[in-house]
Amino acid sequence: MDFEKVGKIIDKHQQKRTALISILHDIQDHYNHLPEEALKKVASRLKMDLNDIYGVATFYKAFSLIPKGRHSITLCLGTACHVRGGPKILREVTKLLNIEPGQTTKDKKFSFNVVNCLGVCAIGPVMFADGKFYGEMNPVKAKRVIEKIGKNRKKGNEVKS
Amino acid sequence: MERKTVNVTIDGRSLDVEEGSTILLAAREFGIHIPTLCYLEHLSPYGGCRICVVEISNNGGGRTYIDTSCTHEVREGMVIQTGSPRIIRARKMLAELLVASAPNVKVAQDIAARMGLVKVRFPFEDNRCILCGLCIRMCYEQMDGKALGFVGRGMGRKVSMPFEVRPDTCRLCRGCDYVCPGVIVPCQGIKDPGELCGRCVRIEDMPTCCPMGTFGCFCEKNPL
Amino acid sequence: MRKIKSGCDLEKWREDILSKQKQNGVVISVCGGTGCHAYGCKKVKDEFAKTIRKKRNDQTIHLKFTGCRGFCERGPIVTIQPQGIFYQKVQEKDVPLILSETVEKGKILDHLLYEDLMTKQSVTSEKDIPFYKAQCRLVMGNNGLIEPTKIEDYIGIGGYQALAKALFQMKPDQIIEEIKSSGLRGRGGAGFPTGRKWEDCRKAPGEVKYIICNCDEGDPGAYMDRSLLEGSPHSVLEGMIIGAFAIGGSHGYIYVRHEYPLACKNAEKAIIQAGKAGLLGNNILGSGFSFDVEVAKGGGAFVCGESTALVASIEGRIGEPRSKQVHMVEQGLWGKPTNLNNVETWSNVPLIINKGSPWFSSIGTEKSKGTKIFSLVGKVKNTGLVEVPMGITLKEIIFDIGGGQRDGKPIKAVQTGGPSGGCIPASLFDLPVDFDSLTKVGSMMGSGGMIVMDEGTCMVDVAKYFVHFLQEESCGKCLPCREGLKRMGEILDRITEGKGDAGSLSLLEELGEVVADTSLCGLGKTAPNPVLSALRYFRSEFEAHVYQKKCPAAVCTPLIQYSISETDCTGCGACKKVCPTQAIQGDKKQSHRILEDLCSKCGSCKDVCKANAVMVQ
Repeated sequence: MDFEKVGKIIDKHQQKRTALISILHDIQDHYNHLPEEALKKVASRLKMDLNDIYGVATFYKAFSLIPKGRHSITLCLGTACHVRGGPKILREVTKLLNIEPGQTTKDKKFSFNVVNCLGVCAIGPVMFADGKFYGEMNPVKAKRVIEKIGKNRKKGNEVKS
Repeated sequence: MERKTVNVTIDGRSLDVEEGSTILLAAREFGIHIPTLCYLEHLSPYGGCRICVVEISNNGGGRTYIDTSCTHEVREGMVIQTGSPRIIRARKMLAELLVASAPNVKVAQDIAARMGLVKVRFPFEDNRCILCGLCIRMCYEQMDGKALGFVGRGMGRKVSMPFEVRPDTCRLCRGCDYVCPGVIVPCQGIKDPGELCGRCVRIEDMPTCCPMGTFGCFCEKNPL
Repeated sequence: MRKIKSGCDLEKWREDILSKQKQNGVVISVCGGTGCHAYGCKKVKDEFAKTIRKKRNDQTIHLKFTGCRGFCERGPIVTIQPQGIFYQKVQEKDVPLILSETVEKGKILDHLLYEDLMTKQSVTSEKDIPFYKAQCRLVMGNNGLIEPTKIEDYIGIGGYQALAKALFQMKPDQIIEEIKSSGLRGRGGAGFPTGRKWEDCRKAPGEVKYIICNCDEGDPGAYMDRSLLEGSPHSVLEGMIIGAFAIGGSHGYIYVRHEYPLACKNAEKAIIQAGKAGLLGNNILGSGFSFDVEVAKGGGAFVCGESTALVASIEGRIGEPRSKQVHMVEQGLWGKPTNLNNVETWSNVPLIINKGSPWFSSIGTEKSKGTKIFSLVGKVKNTGLVEVPMGITLKEIIFDIGGGQRDGKPIKAVQTGGPSGGCIPASLFDLPVDFDSLTKVGSMMGSGGMIVMDEGTCMVDVAKYFVHFLQEESCGKCLPCREGLKRMGEILDRITEGKGDAGSLSLLEELGEVVADTSLCGLGKTAPNPVLSALRYFRSEFEAHVYQKKCPAAVCTPLIQYSISETDCTGCGACKKVCPTQAIQGDKKQSHRILEDLCSKCGSCKDVCKANAVMVQ
């Protein structure tokens, strides 16, 4: 893996500590996770301790230290979505993909995450898959969406290297 | 040089304490005992265990609030209670939560016993680390190792080294072992007549690694 | 992009924009909020753009892609001015018809109109729709009129006039006095008097001061801040610049949670545009005052909505709160005096400066002035964002604006204030909504989330939900929050599985009180509220779970049973097809039945049954 892009990302954010989280987001968008080498580079360029960077990378739920799947499924379990039947959809998806939230399927096809509010409450329950919002979900619809995405040959989260 | 003092009332006693001092240290100066767990002199106060909480009223008026005495600075006119019913109840529950999480850590049993706890109403776990953060503060503030840190958050929080590998900045100074409350070895019972156990204070008898054990001891992976 | 260097330049620009706008014959506004995006509004907008371009060079149709209009479940929303026509659920295929019939011939398309479910009458005009009628859309009103990423639109409706007034006609102390006498209180949840916060920050010693806008909006079920920042980022910016001038701030941050990518993007664009125009950066409008802003992203942590954790996050550290004995206004970001306010609070500032504090304080109640935006969601007919004057009752919001119950079940309670708030039973719906009234009954107004619950909602399940949410979001620093919430969750899990015992409820209360007393930060201190308020008002539901091992609302799966009514079942077999565990038996056209031991209680059969024959007890 080539880590030159990391340097460019840090330059774009002017090496500012206040941009650490934004830098990590950009690195993750590019590499589909936060590689150890990338974090070491960030630590040295921003003159911070690797320990602190590692702490930040593991504290915030947005970041993953292990590569995510090609397609990402995020289910909203905010209060409004919960009250409209979110948990039933959660059960269906975990059964369908055979993984728990926060995990990736063995074939690296799907990453499944649960989030606590996407801010689209009026059309809940909401599922966010590969950059698109799906509203008014139920277990049957969710299954269809996932199957449709699975058939899609194109990568949902392309690793741009 | 004259030290500036402020007047506070602790447990009904009017005291002139050093300005800028924390309630905990001010109380200690006057022999008033407040139990602590994650506080160690010469390391910065953390305020994580909440055992040292006290009930405070800023000016003796009706409204009181609760805060940790290790972090709260004294101010002129403060009225502090270290053992009000609300505080005793809180400490007892905190001790119950602590010992339910880490019953095999001596210090947790100590605090629970001192609070008068006899029965624990939560299912026991067996954590050996109480997440007091003393090892981290020791590593950063006294030993300049910067090798230990908190990882994750919430119930999944633990102490670890970056990527679970001992970094070059760790000089194996064992400062982390030294301050860890979980490393205190339990009493060994009665010895030969006249002999005291003293395991908990004899440094040479300290175990060879910290109780972390979640991913394997640092020292085991990197023996001296 | 014009660069203006004085208040007069700004006025001249505004006049030029307005005179250009007069040439617009018809203005078609397509809502581009995230909710409408989920329903395909971009395709609708693109179709409009394409079709208008093809049509004989018609200069008089102006297309706008606006911010969130608030009535998200009826999206995509399209409004047509000057007629004031409101179309809902517009699809791509409707576009040519709208252009040919409504725009050209003035014919209204009935199938796109909002239908009042009570009177069954179609409503043409936005202002007549019950959802909007009772509202007072002072802050959110801009969203329908402007394209968020066009600064000219904002200037056209009077944007940045307040800034010019503040910079050239007022002194910093005057501005603070004005905000103080308006009675504006923080809209993020705590309700601290904004003017006093600004004053304390101004008085704090130090040259460098920071101004922060909190758009972390972690409360599940609330999305007011998202809509404001997405739909009208310039009003937030304008408020911040005025505040910075009054306080003496040198640098500002808008902290946006990363789950709001459109809000991040629009805020960044607004900052760039304002900078290019001379409204932000060095020597703003030639006044000599300099101030700049940047966007800081969150990493997915609810706790970072708390001010000290937010500041830690901006500093590149983990979001661990700290003791607030020394207030943020004295020592905040990088140890410097910092003034942090919520998005909605900042958006109110230009209004107050423009129209004056007497006007603002004439709205609302004695101690809660102005309007508040609520996110009305859950089991209510009209869900979306509503802006109402403080002091309106819960009943008016839920029934007059919300349209009352959905799904045929009577409304039981409303949850306000997010995970820091509590449940308010229907018997108390005559309470006015303001900062203090709801706190008296064990909840709080909070940042504005209002989740309506009906008879089909289990209050024990709701309490369990909030505790699990907070467990996930706790930073883990302090014992009571980390361990206390864990144990509260265990107890609630046991209760919903039918394993609760006589001591469970009192232990839950005792735990709750200690967690509230001893936690370090607001998250922990208010964490027990949802549980304690549910126990207070719905104790009978808890007792049913503990003593009778039953769930009255038929939600907690271990305590319920699915069955098929023999008399209602048509034998269509739809349930059999979707049952994941093959637990349904039955021949075609014959009554089906569910095998209890195989049933996983997923509810799929109930979802697809057209005869309503599936029963849950």
